[in-house]
Amino acid sequence: MARNQNKIKLSHGDRIFTTINYCVLTFALIIVLYPMIFIVSASFSSAVAVKSNKVWLYPVGFNVEGYKAALKHPLILSGFWNSIKVTVMGTITNIVLTFLVAYPLSVRGLWGKTFLTWLWTFTMLFSGGMIPLYLVVVKLNMLNTYPALFVPMAVSVYNMIIARTNIQSIPYDMYESATLDGCSDFRYFIQFVIPLSKAVIAVLTLYYAVGHWNGYFAALMYLTERKMFTLQQVLREIIIMNTVDPTQMVGADELLRKQGLKDLLKYSLVVVSTVPMLCVYPFIQKHFVKGVMIGSIKG
Amino acid sequence: MAKKKQRANSEEAYIRGGSALKRIKLHWQCYVMLIPPLIVLILFSYWPMYGILIAFKRYSARAGITGSPWIEPWYYWFRNFFSTRDFPRLLKNTLGISIYSLIAGFPFPILLALALNECRNLRYKKIVQMVTYSPYFISVVVLVSIMFLLFSNKTGLINNIIESAGGKRYSFMSEPAAFKHMYVWSGIWQGTGFSSVLYIAALAGVDPSLHEAAEIDGASRLQQILHVDIPGIMPTIIITLILNCGSLMSVGHEKILLMQSTLNMSTSDVFNTYVYRMGLQQVQYELATAVNLFNSVCNIIIITTVNFIARRVGETSLW
Repeated sequence: MARNQNKIKLSHGDRIFTTINYCVLTFALIIVLYPMIFIVSASFSSAVAVKSNKVWLYPVGFNVEGYKAALKHPLILSGFWNSIKVTVMGTITNIVLTFLVAYPLSVRGLWGKTFLTWLWTFTMLFSGGMIPLYLVVVKLNMLNTYPALFVPMAVSVYNMIIARTNIQSIPYDMYESATLDGCSDFRYFIQFVIPLSKAVIAVLTLYYAVGHWNGYFAALMYLTERKMFTLQQVLREIIIMNTVDPTQMVGADELLRKQGLKDLLKYSLVVVSTVPMLCVYPFIQKHFVKGVMIGSIKG
Repeated sequence: MAKKKQRANSEEAYIRGGSALKRIKLHWQCYVMLIPPLIVLILFSYWPMYGILIAFKRYSARAGITGSPWIEPWYYWFRNFFSTRDFPRLLKNTLGISIYSLIAGFPFPILLALALNECRNLRYKKIVQMVTYSPYFISVVVLVSIMFLLFSNKTGLINNIIESAGGKRYSFMSEPAAFKHMYVWSGIWQGTGFSSVLYIAALAGVDPSLHEAAEIDGASRLQQILHVDIPGIMPTIIITLILNCGSLMSVGHEKILLMQSTLNMSTSDVFNTYVYRMGLQQVQYELATAVNLFNSVCNIIIITTVNFIARRVGETSLW
């Protein structure tokens, strides 16, 4: 209050401070934003302009050749579709299983609750490691199946604690009056807990979905069939390993011979794979911030 | 009041009282709900723990974990690992990378949070916060892809700038000396906005009357930051610093594997990438599991210690 009323002239030192502060913020803004702008601009420029370093800020020689090449690349299309499948299936599994753990572990007086909670939190601290898990997945015949990508890590304990904290914040009186009227645990879970947890479900859905869309390592471990590859895997092959498998080139083969277009394809690919996340980002940003806050409060 | 307490007591008795069987029966549906996640937990978290035994065996896929013979002596694979040239290199890289990113990455979120807190233009503040937060949603693959595109020796933007400024082109992505810096600074680029959220929340909790008092006493904005804001968020800073130390021995493999090549192997190899390479690429399951176990045990020791310190210092802890 006092600050707003005192619209007296800022002191000399404070004016300098404010200026420096804006400089710091603008610097942070530019550092983060510039690489992204450059990638987008390059992806819409002509191959020649990119190659001769004409692109700095805005597209030069606007065209969408890179995107056309991406569309023609069979692995990219299938990768995109596969990633959507994994993200949807995985997120649903995650949410269902997370709440199936979170609810019972929030019930007051559940026999063995401490032990069960410990059973999950222990896995945060210690795990079998990469190879034993891989051997289990092999043994269960889950190689080259999508469930291998999301079932092993189906319940993130961290997210489960967020969900549980939220369920525990529902007044106990509600549970009491519901059970007094003969409501069972199942029914209470479905008719009360789920509707009251909508906000948390939204946050966790986004957490999990971003994780699945962005993840590549599980796919790298468990998927060997090329037609099953996820988008991130395809991206890794094309941009980072720099391999374009000639057998996968159907129509784009002719075009891709030109090195310039290959670079353009890379820029476009980065944009294509990030756009779905950045599209939803502005809408969910405040939820994410909220989610971070919930997470920092111990359950 | 007394009545309420009585009610609470009877409630407590209702909740806690009764035999185990009675209590299980009361909430049998909860146990039914726990069955599917419990199956997943046992299959994919606890069964692999049993698989750790292969670190002490001569594993053959046909005989399975149980059927494979024990190895003599039991620490064979550990001795094997510690005596290779790889071990000192891995230790040096892992510690080097994690300490570097801990120290270099620490001040930026605090600085950003302080700057955002001082920004009186709410619109601009929101934009900056949103933009700096956004790289957090970029996948590691895309992040490393962007690095390859920007820093590539032949066509990268950075090298073009260097050259037009009269410098020499430099292979940022394959030069062993550059690896650590590339890894850490790209992490800072990606994570600063996200990490600052914690400090922004802490700054919001600083008592405004302290600011008012300081202002009346003629403190400048900078002095207010130094003497009000920073002491106010000091507990958060200390706790975060201590807890961050818990990951001293665990440098994630996902990003490094993408940045790694035969050229920069000498500086980019850490325990986790070694496990992946030995285990899944060279199929030395026993050695990889042993290394992984060694690393996990180190991590547990570090985290427990750090947690203990955090609890003593700031009454905050992970558990």
